[in-house]
Amino acid sequence: MAISEHIPIKADTDVLAARQKGRALGLQAGFASIDITLLATAISELARNILLYAREGEIELRLLHEGGRRGVMVVASDQGPGIADIERALQDGFSTSGGLGLGLPGVKRLMDSFEIRSLPGQGTVVTAVKWELR
Amino acid sequence: MKGSRSYAAAAARALQSKSIPGPESTTSLLRELVAHLRQNRTQLREEWARRITEAELLTAMTKEEVFAEATSVYDNYVEALETGTFEALQAYARNLSERIIPRGVETHEVIGIVLLLRDVLARSLFAKYQGDFTKLNRILDAYEPAANRIANTVSVGFVQERERIIREQQEAIRELSTPVLQVRERLLILPIIGVIDPQRARQLTEQLLRGIRTNRAKVVVIDITGVAAMDATVANHLVQTVEASRLLGATVIVTGLSPEIAQTLVTIGVDLGKMTTVGDLQGGIEEAERLLGYKVMQFSSDAVDA
Amino acid sequence: MDVPVLKQGPYLIATVQSALTDADLAQLRRTLVEQVGRYRSRGLIVDVTAVDVLDSFACRTLRDIAHMTGFRGAETVIVGIHADLAFAMVQLGLSLEGVATALDLEEGLAYLNRKQRAAKAAAPGLRPPAGKSPTRDRRGH
Repeated sequence: MAISEHIPIKADTDVLAARQKGRALGLQAGFASIDITLLATAISELARNILLYAREGEIELRLLHEGGRRGVMVVASDQGPGIADIERALQDGFSTSGGLGLGLPGVKRLMDSFEIRSLPGQGTVVTAVKWELR
Repeated sequence: MKGSRSYAAAAARALQSKSIPGPESTTSLLRELVAHLRQNRTQLREEWARRITEAELLTAMTKEEVFAEATSVYDNYVEALETGTFEALQAYARNLSERIIPRGVETHEVIGIVLLLRDVLARSLFAKYQGDFTKLNRILDAYEPAANRIANTVSVGFVQERERIIREQQEAIRELSTPVLQVRERLLILPIIGVIDPQRARQLTEQLLRGIRTNRAKVVVIDITGVAAMDATVANHLVQTVEASRLLGATVIVTGLSPEIAQTLVTIGVDLGKMTTVGDLQGGIEEAERLLGYKVMQFSSDAVDA
Repeated sequence: MDVPVLKQGPYLIATVQSALTDADLAQLRRTLVEQVGRYRSRGLIVDVTAVDVLDSFACRTLRDIAHMTGFRGAETVIVGIHADLAFAMVQLGLSLEGVATALDLEEGLAYLNRKQRAAKAAAPGLRPPAGKSPTRDRRGH
């Protein structure tokens, strides 16, 4: 059975709702508590990006089951302005603490896989997966 | 003995034919089956134990042990058939696995003995119903799915238990390889030896952070004298560990940084200014004690130059 | 979501009791900056023990609180960050640089008391500006 949740992101309370759902799904996937926190933080960051740059969008959370391994997939999508220079948005080492950067490199570090597609003027879709630790 | 057995079977059949008209339901067939297995308990479990020994399964166990376990499995098996619930059997399978895994019993042996039991029981059903082919077919139709589920439950239970033990052992090995030591109140030492891969680096950070919380540590000395080489990923992990420790209110002192590693860190752009580094472990502990407010005093006067 | 703020001698203690929205965070910042001024507090402790996630916006708000109350004469200590959370934060590149941190409320109070004593010893009879670290330890220990 595929479990999938769609959480519309329109207001700051939706950010909280999305990460709470993420926590619940992480728990269901048998994640260790640290991985649940990593997942919830990534979801929070992605949802916040939607609010900040596109005003509204959606977070989809899906429970994965592959080869006896469970995971949670996060798909953050919006129809906002998009990102012109994806490569640049993914750069940086440890200096994002400056505050409201896109935080994408950070999200990439929190998750096990990370993929971004974006077209200027049409929107952005970030797909990221966190797997249960074996 | 023989007389009473056939009487009971006949009574059971009479009862079934009374309550359920027409073709017998799976439930009543299973009931009949259970009655048969109960009546022939002694003979069938002896037969099973004999076949186990013959097939050279469970060789790590004595004959008496094999028979005792065979009896328990047999009874649990019959109960699962009767009630259609598998919890008791599952619990027993786990318990059995826990006991026999340390003695070196392998997965194929467990699957082997369950399949043998299935075979022994099926043969006894053949013998009993060989005169009535239709009935035999119906009984087997009822028996086989249940028997398959039981075989599955026991085998999966064993494999899961094995995996759990392996995971526990891996965990133990990992913890051994990164000991977080408390040398005095509020001071932890983390000596890192050997090769650090990203997975171990993460493990190490997690353990240290937990150690800081449980020991209420204020200063941590990470000694990397025993680390031969460090690449960018691991270096970044080290920086992250230092920063995460600070978020919990603990200061990290890194000791034993070889000139080569220091050179690497600078080349890949790690900001050493963010870290407190002291040459060797001894110096690191002294610095830690100073931070904690300890004063080092010399009691012997021999060393004082007059 | 209201955050209770307790006045404890020269210090204020704010206990965050659940996850906060952006609006809650902004409100918390306003309240704390205002109250530090009103009570002329020397120190502020923000207890985040009950917080499950600190993302970039929450971290920036905490840093802003520390800096703004620093200008008004109070040193801020963030206490109660969970081990898991600390790990997630540094992965994200958020390390609350320049803000003091302590294990829990008790440690936070001990830290502020130490700072106060050191400040008095350094300049007897004068109240030195808080926010600037009077000891040479730049990380606040």
